[in-house]
Amino acid sequence: MTTVTFVQFSGETKTVDGDNGDSVMKIALDNLVPGIDADCGGECSCATCHVLIESEWMSRVGTADDQENAMLDLNPDREPNSRLSCQIAVTDELNGLVVNLPEFQY
Amino acid sequence: MSDAIRTSKELVVDPYSIPLDGNFNVAQSHLFEQNAHWAYFERLRKEAPVHFCEESEFGPYWSITRFEDIMQVDTNHKVFSSEGGITLGDQDEDFTLPMFIAMDPPKHDDQRKVVSPVVAPINLVKLESTIRARAANLLDALPVGEEIDWVDRISIELTTQMLATLFDFPFEQRRKLTRWSDVATANLEQGIIESEDQRREELIECLTTFTEIFKERQQTPGDNDLITMLAHGETTKDMLERPMEFLGNLILLIVGGNDTTRNSISGGILALNQHPDEYQKLRENPGLIASMVPEIIRWQTPLAHMRRRALEDTVIGGKTIKKGDKVVMWYVSGNRDESAIETPDKFIIDRAKPRQHLSFGFGIHRCMGNRLAEMQLRIVWEEILKRFDTVEVVGAPAYIRSPFVKGYAHLPVVLHKK
Repeated sequence: MTTVTFVQFSGETKTVDGDNGDSVMKIALDNLVPGIDADCGGECSCATCHVLIESEWMSRVGTADDQENAMLDLNPDREPNSRLSCQIAVTDELNGLVVNLPEFQY
Repeated sequence: MSDAIRTSKELVVDPYSIPLDGNFNVAQSHLFEQNAHWAYFERLRKEAPVHFCEESEFGPYWSITRFEDIMQVDTNHKVFSSEGGITLGDQDEDFTLPMFIAMDPPKHDDQRKVVSPVVAPINLVKLESTIRARAANLLDALPVGEEIDWVDRISIELTTQMLATLFDFPFEQRRKLTRWSDVATANLEQGIIESEDQRREELIECLTTFTEIFKERQQTPGDNDLITMLAHGETTKDMLERPMEFLGNLILLIVGGNDTTRNSISGGILALNQHPDEYQKLRENPGLIASMVPEIIRWQTPLAHMRRRALEDTVIGGKTIKKGDKVVMWYVSGNRDESAIETPDKFIIDRAKPRQHLSFGFGIHRCMGNRLAEMQLRIVWEEILKRFDTVEVVGAPAYIRSPFVKGYAHLPVVLHKK
């Protein structure tokens, strides 16, 4: 079990539990966290599960691969800490992860 | 005109009465004009989901008809190239229009990045009140209780007004945009244009018109319009030196923002009329517009397909696709694939995951204007429900004769006041 905290653009936070191996996107959807559309269902092909990783977690979360980079590039609001939440599987190491939601999904 | 004398409809052959071999061809315009393509796709999905048609008016091509296989092709842009065209038919060799939808990275990415902010959600918020006011004006002016053509009066007019807003195009000349959109996508048998020469002539007029606007905006930038963005974007500000590329991107934006939304606005009316229980659910709970909008876009699938070309031999659904082959992703079929979508032929306005459909494509070519399209549909439905109890379809719709643009030439309706 791993907890993930989602910070809405409004500042509102919600901390929820997820199973190891699940993606941050799935954890958000399972817990009805608003702000994640996930149009493609987790295939890294729509970029509507965009999150901004809280800086202290950046190194543990790691960087996007080529495919994810290509999709993130479609988003004019991309930031250095942008990731697609469908591509982050939670582990014990990510217990307590904090991610910020953008104002809009594209 | 050829269209006027084409009085007898071609016979539609029952797809189950013919062999499922290399002659089985779903890319026939008359099938779409007669809304008779569904059974063809159903058979392909069940019996030959990755199918090679050896001979058609567009040459040989593969049909990909299942949701998952389409997803696999759409997300693999390294193997399935968009260079050279994204529809079944090839471009006129003497008049090639380069546009980023038909490019691979890195050029695709560079050009898309310049124009995509105009339809970014933050800009859409600014546009919402304009769109709503224009939709309200149009709907208020409609006659109640008499037959009108929904396509012309609402769907075309509303999308054209929207386009004029995005380009900051002279408002009173806005129907030129509709015309250029139709001219760009028409096949000769539709009767919209008489010849390829006429197509070129009219599109050159489009180029000339926009060249003037571009020059103006170079000097005096507009507020937030597409032409200003192109005129000042790092990779596009010298685009007038590449006029065909400029025209290509204009046509992409005009067609992308026109036919698709137009036909989804009409499609929603037809879908609700064919599913009266859903219409009642909507009247009782207008909050369902949010999930109805993506359902309309799935159900309508305003672009029936997108095409790629294989850059290497590759296997999809157990079939070997050869380097150089044309590969057609039939979104219209994938969106009715019951292995991915429950009771896919039914229009259900409160589906669990309504946004999981193929109409916008997936991967790097995913529709740039998806949020704008959804916003337009949401607003038009909010305004319709305020005014009318029913928009009643009173006659058979006229379907567009094309295996690409899937939509309506006419849709006769009568409005009933609330």
